[in-house]
Amino acid sequence: MISQTNIAKLNRRQLVRDILVDRKDALIITGLGNPTYDVAAIEDHIENFYLWGTMGLAVSVGLGVAISQPQRRVVVITGDGEAMMGVGSFATVAAAACQNLSILVLDNEMFAETGNQQGLTHGCTDIEKMAQGAGIVTTLTATSSQHLAQARELLFTTGGPCLVVAKISKREEKKVLPPRNGAYMAERFRRGLGIEA
Amino acid sequence: MDLEPDAQKHDWSSDVYQVLKDHDVQLICTVPDAGLTQILKKCHADSDMSVLTLTTEEEGIGIITGAWLGGVRGVLMMQSSGAGNCINALSLPQNCHTPCAMIVTMRGQWNEFNPWQVPMGSNVEPVFRQMGVQCFRADTATKTGELCSGALGLAFNSTTSTAVLIDQQVIGIKDFAK
Repeated sequence: MISQTNIAKLNRRQLVRDILVDRKDALIITGLGNPTYDVAAIEDHIENFYLWGTMGLAVSVGLGVAISQPQRRVVVITGDGEAMMGVGSFATVAAAACQNLSILVLDNEMFAETGNQQGLTHGCTDIEKMAQGAGIVTTLTATSSQHLAQARELLFTTGGPCLVVAKISKREEKKVLPPRNGAYMAERFRRGLGIEA
Repeated sequence: MDLEPDAQKHDWSSDVYQVLKDHDVQLICTVPDAGLTQILKKCHADSDMSVLTLTTEEEGIGIITGAWLGGVRGVLMMQSSGAGNCINALSLPQNCHTPCAMIVTMRGQWNEFNPWQVPMGSNVEPVFRQMGVQCFRADTATKTGELCSGALGLAFNSTTSTAVLIDQQVIGIKDFAK
């Protein structure tokens, strides 16, 4: 087993800022915990939908939005633990072959929300390879800011489904808490898309 | 699959498919079950419907919730044992006050051969009720379509979680001697 701890690591907050600085027309779905706080820290936006629970379902929710809004880009931003819990959904995403769906996994190789317990990607598990095996062919593992342009291209432009794993540092960032009332977020998200209540 | 006389004389699968059309359902998420075969065939053949095959049923809760956020109606179809895989996922539609319409074909009850189907088969209804899902039991083929229509109407119009549990008396019994 090769430890991946010695490769270059990105700062999660800066990376999400650099990615969302020009989000184009993307609808953003976030996985529970730090990815939700990272996205909220950049800007609360009616076209963000933050998950605060149902660990493992961020990609599934993103897939549902992508199917229902084929003219819009949908970007799921989640963590390595959350992605691993729902890793089967990679296969569902590949089979659905949504051109407009992309996934960013912020991989710090630990469960930061619950006390920094070591995660499976700290060892031999490679989320990019798991996505490849599931049939998501357009993938990237980003380890430094040199990969930023390519990551942005995959997340916002390249025909999907696409997946980017960003190897991020373990540094803790300030918790920025977005709304957590699901009914409110669902209602504003739908109204933002012009869907009747 | 041996069909019981009731199921043979009434094509409840066509009724359920028609109910999906009447409620403008365009997305089906499923881990298939023998009892769903005829409905799923019709859905696959319908160019206005997408059918997604899942790795685990809880994915379906996420997908149909996401689809509702984007303005499309979805239904999750699964076997009773799969209902057990959905429990924490049900907190998503409950928190978001979004519809979660489910059709469950039952195992582990009437004349079941496989004991591994019994624990969830006998507990879908109480477990779902505990998680805020209103359950409707379809025990006759002729009434199955009507029950599905009511359950879908309740889910989509009142944005709540509902499940129709289709009994083995309607579906027939899996024959392990074959």
